[in-house]
Amino acid sequence: MSKRGIVLYLHAHQPLRVRKYSVFDTAYNHDYFDDPDYNSERNNEQVFKKVSDKSYRPMNALLEKLLATHPEFKVSLSITGTFLEQAERWAPDVIDSFKRLVDTGRVEIVSETYYHSLAFFYSRTEFEHQVDIHRAKIRELFGVETKVFRNTELSYNDSMAKWADDYGFKGILSEGWDPILEWRSPNYVYKPVGTNNIALLMKNYRLSDDVAFRFSDRGWVSWPLNADTYADWVNMSITDKEIVNLFMDYETFGEHQWEDTGIFNFYESFVGKWLENPANTFYTVSGAIDAFEPVGEISMPNTVTWADTERDLTAWLGNSMQQEAMRYIYSLEDDILRTNDIDLIGDWRRLQTSDHAYYMCTKWFNDGDVHAYFSPYESPYDAFLYYVNVVRDLRWRLHNNHNIGV
Amino acid sequence: MKILMLGWELPPHNSGGLGVACYQMSKALAIAGAEIDFVIPYTADHPDIDFMKIHSATSLSPLERYGLGTYDSNTIIEKQLSKADINDLKDMRGVQKRYVKFVEHLLRTLKPDVIHAHDWLTMEAGMRAKQLTDVPLIVHVHATEFDRCGGESGNPLVHEIEYQGLMMADRIIAVSNITKSIIMQKYGIPEEKIEVVHNALDIDGLNDGYEYDFSTYKYMEYLKSEGHTIVVQLTRFTVQKGLTHFMKAAARACEKYDKLAFLLAGDGEQRDELIRMASDYGIADKVFFTGFIRGKQWRDAYSVGDIFVMSSVSEPFGLTALEAAHHGNALIISRQSGVGEVLKSIFRFDFWDTDVLADQIVGIATSPALRDSLKENVKREYAKISWHDAAKTCMRIYETMKQRALA
Repeated sequence: MSKRGIVLYLHAHQPLRVRKYSVFDTAYNHDYFDDPDYNSERNNEQVFKKVSDKSYRPMNALLEKLLATHPEFKVSLSITGTFLEQAERWAPDVIDSFKRLVDTGRVEIVSETYYHSLAFFYSRTEFEHQVDIHRAKIRELFGVETKVFRNTELSYNDSMAKWADDYGFKGILSEGWDPILEWRSPNYVYKPVGTNNIALLMKNYRLSDDVAFRFSDRGWVSWPLNADTYADWVNMSITDKEIVNLFMDYETFGEHQWEDTGIFNFYESFVGKWLENPANTFYTVSGAIDAFEPVGEISMPNTVTWADTERDLTAWLGNSMQQEAMRYIYSLEDDILRTNDIDLIGDWRRLQTSDHAYYMCTKWFNDGDVHAYFSPYESPYDAFLYYVNVVRDLRWRLHNNHNIGV
Repeated sequence: MKILMLGWELPPHNSGGLGVACYQMSKALAIAGAEIDFVIPYTADHPDIDFMKIHSATSLSPLERYGLGTYDSNTIIEKQLSKADINDLKDMRGVQKRYVKFVEHLLRTLKPDVIHAHDWLTMEAGMRAKQLTDVPLIVHVHATEFDRCGGESGNPLVHEIEYQGLMMADRIIAVSNITKSIIMQKYGIPEEKIEVVHNALDIDGLNDGYEYDFSTYKYMEYLKSEGHTIVVQLTRFTVQKGLTHFMKAAARACEKYDKLAFLLAGDGEQRDELIRMASDYGIADKVFFTGFIRGKQWRDAYSVGDIFVMSSVSEPFGLTALEAAHHGNALIISRQSGVGEVLKSIFRFDFWDTDVLADQIVGIATSPALRDSLKENVKREYAKISWHDAAKTCMRIYETMKQRALA
């Protein structure tokens, strides 16, 4: 009989934000990602260094400490390729600290697309390529193989599970969304419908979001949340069940919830509290799948994500600007790839990062909730304008350097 | 609540946004229960106005009043009121002096609860009225001399009148945060004395059975059918409006995208200079001047447009932007224009940043998704801004002032 356990999974990502790129740059300047104003929110170096100080360094230090203190503590991480590239340039010590975590053997790296893209929904070959290069990058840096897959924004549907099964993954992650689960609990291992050898872990969004979103919300009835209370809630949730899947952005720790909210001390206490009971443990995503058999089948014919109250892709593909921008970028696939121009292909892929489309989202404007618009741009229209000017430059490079297209 | 409202113009005898704002605000106030006595400096019929009493301070016709050059930045006003000739109604200062006398006369019988004066034009009359009656004075700032002079020094006498009016006022209403900060920074008025009440758009008034007439701007419609995008400016051609920057941006945009045409609707002191600039930049065949227009031609100018640009160097509000949005334009608004404070689905630029404006024009012209998103989303936003909300705020201010005066 396996112990009951928490499956803690953190997602680390930074996009390469497009600078203010005007129509007068198109066909002249091909540096899309380096905003000349160091202090702007679009300057990737500035942002990466800031978030490293606030989140990546202190949280990795805490994880290292927890691993050293508690032999039962385990954690799973997904780290995007665009994150790793920026860390190698601007914070190599952050890469080293991740290496030390992985070397403990109790930290699993989760697979995803290298560019944190929506390629699955546009091009299966491009999508698969991005999964391959992410696996290669993880192998090169950390010397481990990824075994469990998550797609961008935890987007998931039945055909994606089928693909991951065929590819050879042993597990896949999704949101534990009530309309899908109905009477069932997310606190078990499931099997995606129509698959053979793959397991599904579903996020317990209530307990995850208590920490990720609500922790510092002074208007929340449970504020301030302490480790004892939270451990009680997890205990109540897991009674006679197997696991609790706590999935969240890595940047929850220190960036979304600042250090002065007490988030780091809270989590350290919580882990200690949880492990005081010898019946309790932690699992990596693979560990949970090895320890438990699926209790049932789950079907999600339509795409479900971990975003917003709608749990769909509308924040990325909900308006015509987003759809137009993504159509432009993916329609270039064949032309770009046959150039074999590494720089051009790299830029094209960096532009697939889903954040670019997210910055063009207007749905919060429509709801009147503009404060929900997290973006380094003044408006979604500016984000679209700069992006489209860049796409035109890609086309110009195709034409000018490779005699392809218009 | 009895209000003595001191204004300079009302539609249809208005030459700009001041008259429209005074009319809409008064109408909404009347609906909210205010009794309004509204003073204007000319004599004319106002057939649409039955919700307040209009008093004419002089026998001038509206046309003679236009001749005073009220809004031209190059009209010279230098006389102190004491030195002005009350019988010289060809002189702005003479008319203003007559206006003050008229208000003095009116106050022998009228007992208002508050005095509400609009802009420097009537501030002297407002101060005199306060002096005579001890009734609270509210000064409503639709524009300051700093806005009208477009970054130049402006008229020292007008500055002085504004300064006195703002100092003497019991409460100041500014039409935007931009105007509020000018009042604070340039005139040193404390923030607590100023309240921002944004203007709104009277949508019901625009839904009067108007239908766009495709033949008004027939050649522009032909260009549209050939794939051109029409960029519209609808304004007075004064230095305040930033049109020379706009013209430069137009030329820059044409370097990147050819299928653009620019409709400059209106007239003003800069017309000849703008025509010359268009030729100098080699885009004369893409720039169209309509001359002064009103009524149907004026609304059709909005309707033919795809993109409306407000390039003002300093624009306290800018109601035309809301009107343009209502007629289906995507909006590009300078950061120095107050109307940008109440809208989100717009592009903004610094009035001098011609490359940014050109980039935005080309971006909209070359992306249907961007154009349609801007057009559709802004409609939801301006429809929420209402004169009734503005009137409610004014009534609250009146009430507070009245109580304070009684105490």
